[in-house]
Amino acid sequence: MGRDRSRREILKAAGALAGCGALLQLSIRPAAATPEMMKDAVRAVIGEAPVKKGKVKLDLPPLVENGNSVPCTVAVESPMTAADYVKAIHIFNEKNPQPNVISVRLGPRAGRANFSTRIRLADSQTVTAIAELSDGSFWSDDIDVIVTLAACIEDPKP
Amino acid sequence: MARALIHVPASAKKGDVIEIKTLISHVMETGYRIGITGTPIPRDIIDDFVCTYNGEEVFRAKLYPAIAANPFISFFTVATESGTLAFSWIDQHGATQVQTAAITVE
Repeated sequence: MGRDRSRREILKAAGALAGCGALLQLSIRPAAATPEMMKDAVRAVIGEAPVKKGKVKLDLPPLVENGNSVPCTVAVESPMTAADYVKAIHIFNEKNPQPNVISVRLGPRAGRANFSTRIRLADSQTVTAIAELSDGSFWSDDIDVIVTLAACIEDPKP
Repeated sequence: MARALIHVPASAKKGDVIEIKTLISHVMETGYRIGITGTPIPRDIIDDFVCTYNGEEVFRAKLYPAIAANPFISFFTVATESGTLAFSWIDQHGATQVQTAAITVE
């Protein structure tokens, strides 16, 4: 072969190089959870109990400009009496490096099963809230959010 | 540890559901970011937040790195009697910051 390298071989070599580039790019992507990891995290927190849709209202802006601080409110329909109250509320996400966001424990003393906080979102994804009631049932709500500026990956200020 | 802001109504009627808002200044460093020297910035997170009303726990939260810097948490409780609400933030090193607020219940 030597200097008379055929066009085909040169193309092959170029293709291999491009493949290497793609691999390199894949390997330097920041760690992210997957929907499967979120399911595992949910099972780790609530066990094997079935989760029904309803009763829970997760409130997040559908279009997030800055993923570093996203206002987030969860409200659960419950009379919050000693006999019927919300024991816990958990929030999970699909694509942050870690699937857990916050786990809250409350009781009849709360008066209203409602709390707000500010969360980080690393990507456009589905966020899920799950409430555990005193009768042992689980209820959930999820919401799709679009994130234009992601959290977690920005460079720190020098 | 840091500066904390708390908003609790100064007075309430017995049985009222009152809203409590808390904010503490904290970096909530996730541990996933790379610093300017190329090394990862170590994780530094507030793990737990607890609110007690005259010694009885009324609200507890376990925080993860997905909580934004300067954690803001607002929640509700029933005004049962005059007394003190105590708020504790516990970070991953075990350091605790406690702040209290007084409430008068008629």
